Amino acid sequence: MATVTLENLHKSYGKVAVIHGVDIDIKDGEFIVIVGPSGCGKSTLLRMVAGLEGVSDGEVRIDGKRVNEKEPMDRDIAMVFQNYALYPHMSVAQNMGYGLKIAKTPKAEIDTRVAEAARLLQLEPYLDRRPRELSGGQRQRVAMGRAIVRRPSVFLFDEPLSNLDAKLRVQMRLEIKQLQRELGVTALYVTHDQVEAMTLADRMIVMNAGVAEQIGAPLEVYANPRTAFVAGFIGSPPTNFMAAPDGGQIGVRPEHVSVVAPDAGNVTGRVQYTEPLGAETLVHVILENGETATVRQDGTVPIPAEKQDVGLAWDKAVEMRFGSDGVRVDAR
Amino acid sequence: MEKRVTFKGLWLPLLLVAPQLAITAVFFFYPAGQAIWQSLFIPDPFGLSMQWVGLGNFEYLLSDKYYRASFVTTAVFSILVTVVSMGVALYLAVLADRLIKGSGTYRTLLIWPYAVAPAVAGVLWLFMFNTRVGVVTWYLGLLGYDWNHVLNENEAMGLVVIASAWGRISYNFLFFLAGLQAIPKSVIEAAAIDGARFWTRFRTIVFPLLSPTTFFLLVVNIVYAFFETFGVIHTITSGGPQQATTILVYKVYSDGFVSQDLGSSAAQSVILLVIVGALTIFQFKFIERRVHY
Repeated sequence: MATVTLENLHKSYGKVAVIHGVDIDIKDGEFIVIVGPSGCGKSTLLRMVAGLEGVSDGEVRIDGKRVNEKEPMDRDIAMVFQNYALYPHMSVAQNMGYGLKIAKTPKAEIDTRVAEAARLLQLEPYLDRRPRELSGGQRQRVAMGRAIVRRPSVFLFDEPLSNLDAKLRVQMRLEIKQLQRELGVTALYVTHDQVEAMTLADRMIVMNAGVAEQIGAPLEVYANPRTAFVAGFIGSPPTNFMAAPDGGQIGVRPEHVSVVAPDAGNVTGRVQYTEPLGAETLVHVILENGETATVRQDGTVPIPAEKQDVGLAWDKAVEMRFGSDGVRVDAR
Repeated sequence: MEKRVTFKGLWLPLLLVAPQLAITAVFFFYPAGQAIWQSLFIPDPFGLSMQWVGLGNFEYLLSDKYYRASFVTTAVFSILVTVVSMGVALYLAVLADRLIKGSGTYRTLLIWPYAVAPAVAGVLWLFMFNTRVGVVTWYLGLLGYDWNHVLNENEAMGLVVIASAWGRISYNFLFFLAGLQAIPKSVIEAAAIDGARFWTRFRTIVFPLLSPTTFFLLVVNIVYAFFETFGVIHTITSGGPQQATTILVYKVYSDGFVSQDLGSSAAQSVILLVIVGALTIFQFKFIERRVHY
């Protein structure tokens, strides 16, 4: 159990800067999700905390102590990798007990702790199997078990669910959250999936091109994106953007827009196609000026016909205004 | 799911394997058959007549102390060549694997010795260690060491081992490097986070994961040491001094083609055939089982 502090963290490979200064104070037991598109530097950030990448500038502190120069093994962390990184020649029990064995923990204690983790993760029937004899979800659990038995202060997750199928991902997401709550361990979790970010995070860091665009609680970030990037990245379908007269952009969430008669809306356009999903319907509209917009309407609202001319209406109060640099200009 | 192409019918597959079968038949089954046949006779030195002796050649060989000594020589030689060439290659591969800059150059330079034919390699080493004009001999002399592999049996063995292992290091290095690079980086990182330092990681993770490569190289290198080192031995020591470097395959040559005892020579090659067959079966039956995970 520990706090983690990142202070003005930079990373560059030669002349190429990939992380441009990230600051965050992570509280003890907090679940932080780092989310962003591929190549935004989110994994690099996590690996810098793990000690697998050097820090070019700035400081990483775990429990208030600078760890920049410390080896991964001396940082009291555990990491779950995207491809699980299990030791293929060892049984499940050996995989989970490896770290303790290296630390010369007595055999009896290793067995107890492995058994405890196996019970927690429902891996008891598989302790003698090799990783290749397990399903993707089970391998994922072994990787988690390996992290748990060492009782680290900080859990690091590097896209741990992206190799699982959709259904299993939802289930494991829930289990990870429950486990983290139960153990009360500080966690940093990297993902490109905004649903994972929204559901897991106490606070999330939205990253883009090496910059932390916004740090905050999921709903707060959703309701109040600080930049156009965040507004577009968080939320599905993404925020509609329309050019503003001042050179900036106006953003409106699809659920805040409704389809009305052509002369009754804020803008007019033609329905391109519709996606009825049952509970809701997505209506894709091509506007007069060539921009596209998406409307998310309730499943009970009549679905407009394709090629039909419509108006789109929204309350001016829900508009988000961004300057030409993408930063929010209407103060909240 | 198997990713294997299957052919329907009988003729196309037969046609496709026919060249390989023909080569095996002409260059292996036919000479091997001849050897077995000849091993049962003693021909006269002019090759005009052959006398049936049954297993007489084998009986004579197994009671011959020189032949028995050759077994020991072969065992020592093969083990040394295999251990030296694989050990050095693994060490170099581990170093090359850690290297980020210039690994291409390093790899290219290391593969060159493999392109040198065994006889040429033998001559190269012979020149360096020549008792009168060799560079290494001269420097050893400055250090007060009198190198003379022509008279000293251990030095002769050492020299043929080094010359034989040298060219093999390249080959083994390439396989070890490929094996090392096939280990996912995240597994090594996971071990590092789990608290294993370099040597512990090597011992508990890297080496076990390399074992299929190691096993393959073990088989290939032993077979190499048994047969393909003929050129090296022939150029450097010609089996001497006092037969100290006469390995089995060299004895087949010297008894058959130098001493003209073709019956004994044929019997020796049959014995060699059986030994290598047995060795390979042993390796696959008992070692291969342990190396897969």
